[in-house]
Amino acid sequence: MYVYDQHDQTIIDERVAQFRDQTMRFMAGEISDGEFLPLRLQNGLYLQRLAPMLRIAVPYGLLSSRQLRKLASISRTYDKGYVHISTRQNVQLNWPMLEEVPDILAELSTVQMHAIQTSGNCIRNTTTDQFAGVASDELEDPRPYCEIIRQWSTLHPEFAFLPRKFKIAVCGSAQDRAAIHYHDIGIELVSNDGGEIGLKILVGGGLGRTPAIGSVICEWLNKKHLLTYLESILRVYNQHGRRDNKYKARIKILVKAMGIDAFRQAVAQQWTALKDGPSTLTEEEIIRAQSFFSDPSYLTIDGALAASDLERDRVRDPIFANWITRNTQSHRIPGYRAVTLSLKATGFAPGDITAEQLELLAELADLYSFGEIRSTHQQNIVLGDVQISTLYALWQRLQAAGLATPNIGYLTDIICCPGGDYCSLANAKSLPIAEAIQTRFENLDYVYDLGPLELNISGCMNACGHHHVGQIGILGVDKKGQEFYQICLGGNQAKDASIGKILGPSFKQQDVPEVIDRILSTYVSLRQEDEPFLDTYRRVGIDPFKERAYAQAD
Amino acid sequence: MRRLIKHGSIIVDRWQEIDPDCSAPAHDQICSLGQWQALTDKTGSAVQLEPGQEPAPLYSALEDIQLLVIHFPIFTDGRGFSYAREVRERGYQGELRASGHFIRDQLTYLQRCGFDAFQMADDSSLEAALTSLRDFTEHYQAAIDQPLPLFRRRS
Repeated sequence: MYVYDQHDQTIIDERVAQFRDQTMRFMAGEISDGEFLPLRLQNGLYLQRLAPMLRIAVPYGLLSSRQLRKLASISRTYDKGYVHISTRQNVQLNWPMLEEVPDILAELSTVQMHAIQTSGNCIRNTTTDQFAGVASDELEDPRPYCEIIRQWSTLHPEFAFLPRKFKIAVCGSAQDRAAIHYHDIGIELVSNDGGEIGLKILVGGGLGRTPAIGSVICEWLNKKHLLTYLESILRVYNQHGRRDNKYKARIKILVKAMGIDAFRQAVAQQWTALKDGPSTLTEEEIIRAQSFFSDPSYLTIDGALAASDLERDRVRDPIFANWITRNTQSHRIPGYRAVTLSLKATGFAPGDITAEQLELLAELADLYSFGEIRSTHQQNIVLGDVQISTLYALWQRLQAAGLATPNIGYLTDIICCPGGDYCSLANAKSLPIAEAIQTRFENLDYVYDLGPLELNISGCMNACGHHHVGQIGILGVDKKGQEFYQICLGGNQAKDASIGKILGPSFKQQDVPEVIDRILSTYVSLRQEDEPFLDTYRRVGIDPFKERAYAQAD
Repeated sequence: MRRLIKHGSIIVDRWQEIDPDCSAPAHDQICSLGQWQALTDKTGSAVQLEPGQEPAPLYSALEDIQLLVIHFPIFTDGRGFSYAREVRERGYQGELRASGHFIRDQLTYLQRCGFDAFQMADDSSLEAALTSLRDFTEHYQAAIDQPLPLFRRRS
């Protein structure tokens, strides 16, 4: 993973000192609430319903065991002994004290971490595929480009007061696991006709109040132009994005208003001034960035032999066998697999992880996966490089710690924002809905029979729980002070992206599990053989689901 | 007289404030964009841009402008940061002044974008504000104050 040198460390340390001074001046009454707002947001600090929330940046989801141990220790010293993994792969503390935040940031800086630009109207944490570097369908590892973008966007002087927040994702594989169509800028590594790998750039995707799928602004860009091209897009947005209405301020609204062709032209005009300037990437810089993500010291393993040994363990223990099927996936190196640990056990808030579990993860990462883990935008944890021969031992440790729930990619692997229990923006609670659904569908055989299925819950229109792109999406709405839930169907974040369609009038909280049950049984009765939920939905449309969901009880 | 920060020290302003209703601004008066465009001789002129007024109309006479003021009616409207970089990238050498309701915690970013003078709506604590200009000694990106990105300077 990327390792700071003295330059990176200086920048982070100076930022901590700056925020410490700002916090002191705020507490002394020298900075108003309104002036402190963007300063604290750009250091990850929200003032929430019950306590402040601090969002710590995890660049493209990568964490070392040393960083995990530090997070565990911080959560014990400054918080209640647990943290939350967000849908942008970041880590959130739910109960820090404002006056202690500078100390938390100082502790983070000792392990090369920070909370810079995890909130506010600026460029946020760049996200990517949680299987980057190990996926067998990968064209090129996207992480070096994420790191180059991280450095460029960190404390960028021109783009700290944009019309609205700005999110970038990069993907380098055949299957898009980074949801690049739903980002302000989505970047995909692609080959041109000559076989050279470059960048396809999408712009104007996003969730929130007005979900939109990104448009292609550039089919193929030479990698060296990455930063000057991004800077040109941001410059057009900074000058022309709407500032009169925060709900119409995202770049997707500007791209729609101008039309993608006019927007592309405006970017091209800016680019003539910046192209080939000093921010043009050098060959050496790309190689330097790549050097931090080179292969760990993999062993040479006979893949066939490892597979037959694994088969023996699977036959011996069907529960282990099931976990292997549901929670592990192939790796481009023979004899290795990538393992996903589920943070979606029933009875625990999706994405929450305790200090003890963080420390266990650190130990397991050191023992089994070269000392690194990845957080995922589905709010789970990945051990990317596990030797097949050690899977059984690893699984036993995870079982004992409650981290082996075999539901990755299935109905109960729910993406869910913290909702009205914590967040001051929320219209409704989301965590009790997730728990009620997990409890209702405890029968794993039924869940597996439904096949891979994404159910996403957001407590408000800001869509942190990505409800628009869940095959089943649930949105909390406020109706005259009461919490109701709108359901949408057919969302999809893969390359054939689609936005979910609203089923109809919203439901009361206690009715949601029953409605989900009806939607699922409608699917089961209509599907053809092994047809996945999304395919059935696309074939039959929303009407059969609607009829069944709103039918009066017999 | 109004005080401001210029080139890292506090000075007294020698320019007269903008008067958008005046038909013939004095020679030492800051013009609105419209007044400036009407000037027959732009040598040594001073002009102020508001958010939404892009700097493109100035490009043909950048060498004649002695003072360019970019006004920030509210500190969260960041358009002026891009305006500043654009005029500097096109070779503007005169004074580039931020005026209005920006805050001292933005001074480093403003300076990096090419501003060399800062006229704050409240000029009562300029001495304290000066320290904010020194918040950072290192930067990742290229900007006006440091045209080379860190990746071309790492040792």
